[in-house]
Amino acid sequence: MAEALVSLAVLLAGLAFLLALWRFLAGPTAADRVVAFDVMTVIGISFIVILALLEGRGIYLDAALVYALLSFLGVIAVARYLERGY
Amino acid sequence: MAGLLDIVGGLLMVGGTAFLVFGGLGLVRMPDLFNRIHAGTKATTLGTLLTLAGAACLRPDWGWKLLLIAVFILSTNPLSAQVLARAAHRIGAAMSVKTRVDRLEEDQGA
Amino acid sequence: MILTAMTLFLCAAMIGAALFAVLGRSLPIAILAAGLVSLVASILFLVMAAPDVAMTEAAIGSGLTTFLFFFVLGRVRRGEND
Repeated sequence: MAEALVSLAVLLAGLAFLLALWRFLAGPTAADRVVAFDVMTVIGISFIVILALLEGRGIYLDAALVYALLSFLGVIAVARYLERGY
Repeated sequence: MAGLLDIVGGLLMVGGTAFLVFGGLGLVRMPDLFNRIHAGTKATTLGTLLTLAGAACLRPDWGWKLLLIAVFILSTNPLSAQVLARAAHRIGAAMSVKTRVDRLEEDQGA
Repeated sequence: MILTAMTLFLCAAMIGAALFAVLGRSLPIAILAAGLVSLVASILFLVMAAPDVAMTEAAIGSGLTTFLFFFVLGRVRRGEND
């Protein structure tokens, strides 16, 4: 039962990644692409957690921890670039 | 009874990833940048928190690490969205034609 | 089974993002696409059971490289205007 629900969760996470990837490829401005990049990072964290559950290895969660800590750095760099030009 | 906790955890994970899909759908369907930031950030933050809660139900021994990830996401994700929205407002990103009121512009004009 | 399908989808997304980074016109968008390639590469390293490599890729590729490239791009653009 729980295995089937986790498999469904993998499928839904893939669908969400696909939708965000569409916005990344089609977004009219650079800021739209930055939003899609941020959303894809969050979906990636979620996917890493599901992967750790499927493989049964808790060490995989450290990569999700690094992403949760560092994902805002890139967005802040882009925002500074857009705002002030450096 | 471990079976009930497993089913609750699985349902929480499916609900969380469904919120991720809703966030992606809002990202595709919303008309302008600010609506996209709104849909993308709020829905995916809730979805990831629900997924982490479901993982904590399925594997209770990972609880502290999952709680740490949840705290980091809850503190950094709104920060990046707010910084990006402010930068987009300052460079004059195009708003939807249905936008009625812009409080930040009024505050800066006054 | 579902993991294999997801891995194939992630490989396709990675190739698409890499082509987008190479063929695109705009430089900031190319940097963002390179960060996306790094994100998918990190997830694929995890699928291949290498969590240490995935952690390094997450820290360097997604965090530091994007930050550094945008910093340098801003400095270069400002130097052109002088």
